[in-house]
Amino acid sequence: MSYIIKGDTGDWEVVIGLEVHAQVISAAKLFSGASTSFGADPNANVAFVDAAMPGMLPVINETCVEQAVRTGLGLKAKINRRSVFARKNYFYADLPQGYQISQFDQPIVGEGTIVLDMPDGSSRSVGIERLHLEQDAGKSIHDIHPTKSFIDLNRAGVALMEIVSKPDMRSPDEAGAYLKKLRSILRYLGTCDGNMEEGNMRCDANVSVRPVGSNELRTRCEIKNVNSVRFVMQAIEYEAKRHIDVYENGGKIDQETRLYDSAKGETRTMRSKEFAHDYRYFPDPDLLPLEFDEAFVDAIRVKLPELPDEKKDRFMKEYGLSSYDAGVLVAEKENADFFEKVAKLSGDGKLANNWVSNNLFSVLNAKNLTIDQSPISAENLARLIALIKNNTISGRLAKDVFEIMLESGHDPEKIVEERGMKQITDTGAIEKAVDDLLAANPDKVAQIKAGKEALIGWFVGQVMKATQGKANPAMCQELLKKKLAQ
Amino acid sequence: MSLDKATVRRIAHLARIEVPDSALEPLAQELSGIMGWIEQLREVNTDAVAPMTGGTDMKLAWRKDVQTDGDKPEKVLANAPDRHEAFFAVPKVVE
Repeated sequence: MSYIIKGDTGDWEVVIGLEVHAQVISAAKLFSGASTSFGADPNANVAFVDAAMPGMLPVINETCVEQAVRTGLGLKAKINRRSVFARKNYFYADLPQGYQISQFDQPIVGEGTIVLDMPDGSSRSVGIERLHLEQDAGKSIHDIHPTKSFIDLNRAGVALMEIVSKPDMRSPDEAGAYLKKLRSILRYLGTCDGNMEEGNMRCDANVSVRPVGSNELRTRCEIKNVNSVRFVMQAIEYEAKRHIDVYENGGKIDQETRLYDSAKGETRTMRSKEFAHDYRYFPDPDLLPLEFDEAFVDAIRVKLPELPDEKKDRFMKEYGLSSYDAGVLVAEKENADFFEKVAKLSGDGKLANNWVSNNLFSVLNAKNLTIDQSPISAENLARLIALIKNNTISGRLAKDVFEIMLESGHDPEKIVEERGMKQITDTGAIEKAVDDLLAANPDKVAQIKAGKEALIGWFVGQVMKATQGKANPAMCQELLKKKLAQ
Repeated sequence: MSLDKATVRRIAHLARIEVPDSALEPLAQELSGIMGWIEQLREVNTDAVAPMTGGTDMKLAWRKDVQTDGDKPEKVLANAPDRHEAFFAVPKVVE
């Protein structure tokens, strides 16, 4: 299902590479002891290093280094035991140093891979080019004062991981799947919370197009700071079409930085900053090379959690789930944990998946709740499944019990007991209901005997109705057939 | 290697240093002289020497991930040319 854009001169494909800035989860900043907590008073989380006071020196935070290595391992990437910090020079009001401490030609993490699970069940590998550590900038607020911008440096100096993909993606869907998968991996690892709305994960998209069948890489444009998966996909779609229009009208694309305007659904040139791309990188003389030994990496490696891909494989093997079902469950670790608890307690992975993925998730989505806020606990859902499995209630009544559980949060055993919802497996009681119905509907009996067997279903329905859904449907069917055959 | 006036003007702009036109030519000469010394250094054969980022025989110092600083907005803002409450205030920059 390749993504082809039909132009006037032929078919085009889009080439996409993504740069993701992921805020590292740590208590203190990358090079200072100021807090990283969100929502503090303006300039409260600022050390003199962050404000670039003369003579202040950066000292690296051990945990930020560990988090970068952990993320690199999670991306199956090469860990560089020696990396170098460099100054990226540019002038902006929320960057008091006049440069960002980043990494240039010697990043902490090298090439790796992310496997995308596409909605059609196929998977696709996307290369990671590199991951490096750098400082975030401060925040500018433009809308309070008519002629002034206000600067809050609380975010200045917070550690970011810039994760750069190879130009391996060929459709907006793949770009979306990449972002979701990367976010999932970061969240499993506990290295970034992946919250795009709060700006803790931001994405720049590099987009170019080329005629289908060509291997050239044409001039790309970089769309900066897009803050949701959906907008990234929309921006790529728009930008690809724009490139094709320009080429087909005989124009050429200039390499430039663009912004996505989500209200208008279009990208536009950033008012080009003079010398914007002249960053004059050079090794930061305030920082020696970042070095660690293999033991440091191993200590992190042995504590890596089970990651989405491995969990998915295990769910397929242990619980007999399809690739698609397992993929849905593992995308969020909390969902996977909830499912696994239900599966273990009920002893039936497939039923657990049906109830969690189909019934519970649709309710949670409708009510806009996370799994942690689920009105039904994993224990109670497992009990409900156990009641179905031991024939205490029919599948149909189980849905009613589920509804009552949603409202009350009660134990399903108690609900079934109190409301007399136990399935009737007593043949005598069902037999009586069947006999009554057959006697009351001789015309339908005649029709069945004349070959219209579909009417048996109508009788089953009537028996269920007569017993308020408590009859075992399989048993009804069997009895009906037996009686009608007489 | 020598620097021309245009290059010096550009470097000055990047560094946000105001240089009057009359000072560009002398500065170009001065900087070209420094470039000359750097050219001289290139004469040394460094084929067997790994690029260095510093001249000290030390390891990078590391720090534990604990909050040890901050909560002093008044001191941080003490030298600010302009402020609004606890924000720095600067001429409006809008993209």
